[in-house]
Amino acid sequence: MMSHAIALQNPDAADLPRAYAGPKQAVQGRRLAATDETDWAALMVAVRDRQDRAAFAMLFRHFAPRVKAFLMKSGTEAALAEDCAQDVLATVWQKAHLFDPARASVGTWVFTIARNRRIDIARRDRRPEPEVLEWGGDVHEPDQADLYEAAQDAARLTAALQSLPEAQRALVARAFYGELSHREIASETGLPLGTIKSRIRLAIDRLRMKMS
Amino acid sequence: MTITHHLSDQLLIAYAAGSLPEAFSLVAATHVSLCDDCRIRIEAYEAIGGAVLETETAEMGEASLEACLARLGQPDTPHRPAPRRGLLPSPLADYVGGDLDKVRWRSLGMGVRQAILPTAKGASARLLYIPAGQGVPDHGHRGLELTLVLQGAFHDARARFGPGDVEIADESDEHTPVAETGDACICLAATDAPLRFISLLPRLLQPIFRI
Repeated sequence: MMSHAIALQNPDAADLPRAYAGPKQAVQGRRLAATDETDWAALMVAVRDRQDRAAFAMLFRHFAPRVKAFLMKSGTEAALAEDCAQDVLATVWQKAHLFDPARASVGTWVFTIARNRRIDIARRDRRPEPEVLEWGGDVHEPDQADLYEAAQDAARLTAALQSLPEAQRALVARAFYGELSHREIASETGLPLGTIKSRIRLAIDRLRMKMS
Repeated sequence: MTITHHLSDQLLIAYAAGSLPEAFSLVAATHVSLCDDCRIRIEAYEAIGGAVLETETAEMGEASLEACLARLGQPDTPHRPAPRRGLLPSPLADYVGGDLDKVRWRSLGMGVRQAILPTAKGASARLLYIPAGQGVPDHGHRGLELTLVLQGAFHDARARFGPGDVEIADESDEHTPVAETGDACICLAATDAPLRFISLLPRLLQPIFRI
C-alpha cells in the first residue's frame, strides 16, 4: 500500500455537515456556498428530483476530493484516483434515483459507490449485491423527522470516529479503505468492535423502524 | 422466514468494507437478500464507511468539475425490482444463470450432489444438494466455511439450520451435519480452504471433486 507516501490535506472542518438544522430550502439560487450547516441530503434530493446542476456542483466540490483521498488511501495512484473520483460523482448523478435520505446520509451513499469503484479497479473479487428491496414509505416524500434522524446518525458517527484513540481510528479507517482482509477484521486486533457496535445501535434501531 | 443464525459482525463489516473474497460476498449477498436484520446492520456499518470518507481530502484538478459536468447525461429512471420467482435470490441466480433448474449438478455419491460456482481465486463457492435424512461426510475445516441453507434443513451436534440460516465454521470445528427428513437440503457453501473429509471420501479424491 502506498498510503504513507500520499500527502493528504486535513479536511476543512467547517465544511463538514454537522447536524441537520431543520427543514429549509437548501437550493436558493445559482450562487451556492457550502457552510457547516450544508444540508447535503437536500442538495442530493434536488439532484435526484430536479436534476439541479448547481446542487450537483456543490456536492462535487465536497465529495470528489474525499472520494479521491479514499481511493488514494486504498492504494490507487493520484491520477487514476482523480479520474475515478469523477466517475464516482458522475454515478451519483446517474443513479440519483436510488438515493433514499431516510436510509443513508449522502456521505454513506457516496462511500458505497466509491467502494464499488475501488473493487472494480482491483479487478479481483467481485462483490455481489443483495436483492433490491422496496422499503416502506414513499422514497420521494421523505419525512422531515427521518431526514433529521439520518443526519444526526451521520454526524454522530463522524464525531465518534474522530473521538477514538488515534490507533483505533486509523484501524477502522484501514478496514474501510479495504486494507484489512476479512481475517484481519475477524481477528479484531485493535479494531474497536464494541465501540462501533454501540455507536451504530441508534442507526440500526432507526432503520428497523423505517423498514417495518 | 425465521432466521436464527446470522452473519457475524466481522463478516458484515468486511462485506460493508468490500474486503470479502467473492465467494463469501456471494453468501453474504444471498443471506442479506433473505434477512432484513443483516441488511440493516450492513447499512449501519456502511455509515461508518461514510464517516471514514469524510475524514480525508485530496485536491482535485481545477478543471475536474467542468469535465464532470460536461459528462452528465440523462439520469437513470427508477424501476421497481422484479419479484423473486424461484428459490434462488437474485445474487445467487446471477451465478447459476437462472433458478434451481439451471444448476449443473455433479454427483458426489450417496445421493449428494454439488455444483461449483465461478468465483475469484482465494475462496470457492458451491451449491450442495443433500437428500433428506442423509448425513454429510464428517469434515473438519482448515479455513473459514460459511453454509447458507436455501431449502430444507440440517442439524449437527450444536444447532439446527433452516432456510436463511448461515452456519459459520472455522478451524476449530469438526462436525457431522445431517439433513433433516422432509425436503432435500440445498445449501450454498463457501470456503477459503479445501474441506478435508474424514470418512467416506478418500482424501486422494479431493482434487478431482474440488471439495
